[in-house]
Amino acid sequence: MIFWQILVDGFAISALYALGATGFTLIFGVSGVLNLSHGAIMVAAAVAAWAATGLLHAGPYVGALAGIVVGVLLAFATYALTVRPIQRSRRIAEAEKEIFILTATLLWGIIIQEAIAYLFTNNAKTVLPIVEGVVTVLGVRTPRNEYFTAVICWAAIGLLWLFVNRTRSGKAVLAASMNPRGVTLLGFELSTIYLVVWGIYGLLAGSAGVLLGMFLGVSSYSVGPLTASAFSIVVLGGLGSVSGSLIAAYVVGYLETATAYLVSPEYRTIPALLLLVAVMYLRPQGLFGRR
Amino acid sequence: MRALVGSRLFWFGAVVLVAAAVLPLWVSGYVLGLLTVAYYTAVFAMSWDLLFGFAGEVNFGPTFLIGLGAYTAGILDSQFSPDLSIWWCILAGAAAAVVGGVVLALPALRVSGPYFGLTTLVAVLMLQNFIVVFADLTGGEIGLPVPDVITIDAKLNYLIAFGFMLVAGGILFGLSRSAIGLILQASGQDAVQAGALGFNVSKHKLFAFAVSAFFSGLSGALMVFYLGTASVGTFVDIGVGVQVIIAAVLGGRRTVLGAAIGAVFLIVMGEGLRPLGELATLIVSVTALLVILFFPNGFLGMIRGGSRA
Repeated sequence: MIFWQILVDGFAISALYALGATGFTLIFGVSGVLNLSHGAIMVAAAVAAWAATGLLHAGPYVGALAGIVVGVLLAFATYALTVRPIQRSRRIAEAEKEIFILTATLLWGIIIQEAIAYLFTNNAKTVLPIVEGVVTVLGVRTPRNEYFTAVICWAAIGLLWLFVNRTRSGKAVLAASMNPRGVTLLGFELSTIYLVVWGIYGLLAGSAGVLLGMFLGVSSYSVGPLTASAFSIVVLGGLGSVSGSLIAAYVVGYLETATAYLVSPEYRTIPALLLLVAVMYLRPQGLFGRR
Repeated sequence: MRALVGSRLFWFGAVVLVAAAVLPLWVSGYVLGLLTVAYYTAVFAMSWDLLFGFAGEVNFGPTFLIGLGAYTAGILDSQFSPDLSIWWCILAGAAAAVVGGVVLALPALRVSGPYFGLTTLVAVLMLQNFIVVFADLTGGEIGLPVPDVITIDAKLNYLIAFGFMLVAGGILFGLSRSAIGLILQASGQDAVQAGALGFNVSKHKLFAFAVSAFFSGLSGALMVFYLGTASVGTFVDIGVGVQVIIAAVLGGRRTVLGAAIGAVFLIVMGEGLRPLGELATLIVSVTALLVILFFPNGFLGMIRGGSRA
């Protein structure tokens, strides 16, 4: 009984982690940027969906759409306001751009978080789910929304796979992650590719945020933990490796769920952190990393 | 030229320091209390700058070291209060932080860049989890009240914090301008070449971690006995670490002294904007982002005219 419970709950939460981490790893793989405003963008998308349905009385589909649109807009804003000015700056030494981008995106995340807290307060918000009700499968009573979350997450990841492997611009993105200079020599504009990637990132982070808002609810306090969990999943799987972060998302998701059910919810995050430390010491490039 | 700029900055600094030293004669206890916290934060930021600006180690977890120092001192005092002098507790806190710093340095010698940054972040999260889990000993999320304080006199507290900042800043600054500082800088920029020149990179980095940890822990422990309480929100939370990092970058990296200016600025500005409520943090963050984007060398860079990258 509790085994099936862990299996089902763990699957849904892991799918959500996977979707959130995919965008994060994509940006790193293509442009080498670790976006520390990730959690803030997810929360902003969820809050936008909540505001559209709760305050403006829109339907759940319109609400979800509003959330995703906000996610995409914020992703472009992150790129235009923090990442690109630093990448193009002549006054910052190349070797130091990494820490500048980290600091700037971190600050940008805090700005988004505080703006949300100012406009919509710090209270936890739950987005109106698209599907309601409860089903019993294998003797486990689970909200329909959990299955819905898992299906949408995997559909989105599948679409991303199709885009990257089957379309022309997707292949350009893939090539840019392997060798940016080579792509420019083939006549692709690198800045266009970056825009495409940030757009995809916004779609992924926005939908992950909205689904999270329906599933667990969000508040401006979830910003830090969300960024940290995406960061650790991505490092566990190997920075820049999408399949690695998908597997890592499931490892972390099931570890957390199993700990919460079998030991105590208080210890929820500890085993995953210990695993992460072990991986950092023994295999610093992550489980499936390229470097 | 360097002497000229140096002397102008030097005289400017001397005037500010003298003014700060005689400040208790004029201003209220409220302002002194604010500046006391600002001075301890300044030591956090300067210690961080030694690691980042010179050794090139992206440490996202300054609060791991600060928290170790603060909580070790706090727990010792709350367990053995009248028998153990608080000065021993403070020293033990600094020692615990040094041990933590060495533990943190081990992965740093193997991994670099974002990987090391994440290790430090994880260290903070682990510490935070353990504090919450062992709530009987640590006070958990509510915080740990300590039975003793250094003194209840606001002026004396202010002068202790000020003196400590001067000593710590002097040592850290001296270190950064010494041969060791140069070797650290070289190892931070190109560890392989620095090694090829015959410098023991690992030894120097380990030393930098130990020194940075010592001052972070000492400052954390002193601050516990100023505030009379240790809590996750003031010593361990990632938000505190972020503030330390922002202070150092805002003031100007690789300057040590800039970090102190940035810290005092951040604390005072945050307090000054407090009437605005939620907007205060927003305005501070926007200011910090603008400075980073337009004046990447920070306040000290602005004063110097930003000629050097």
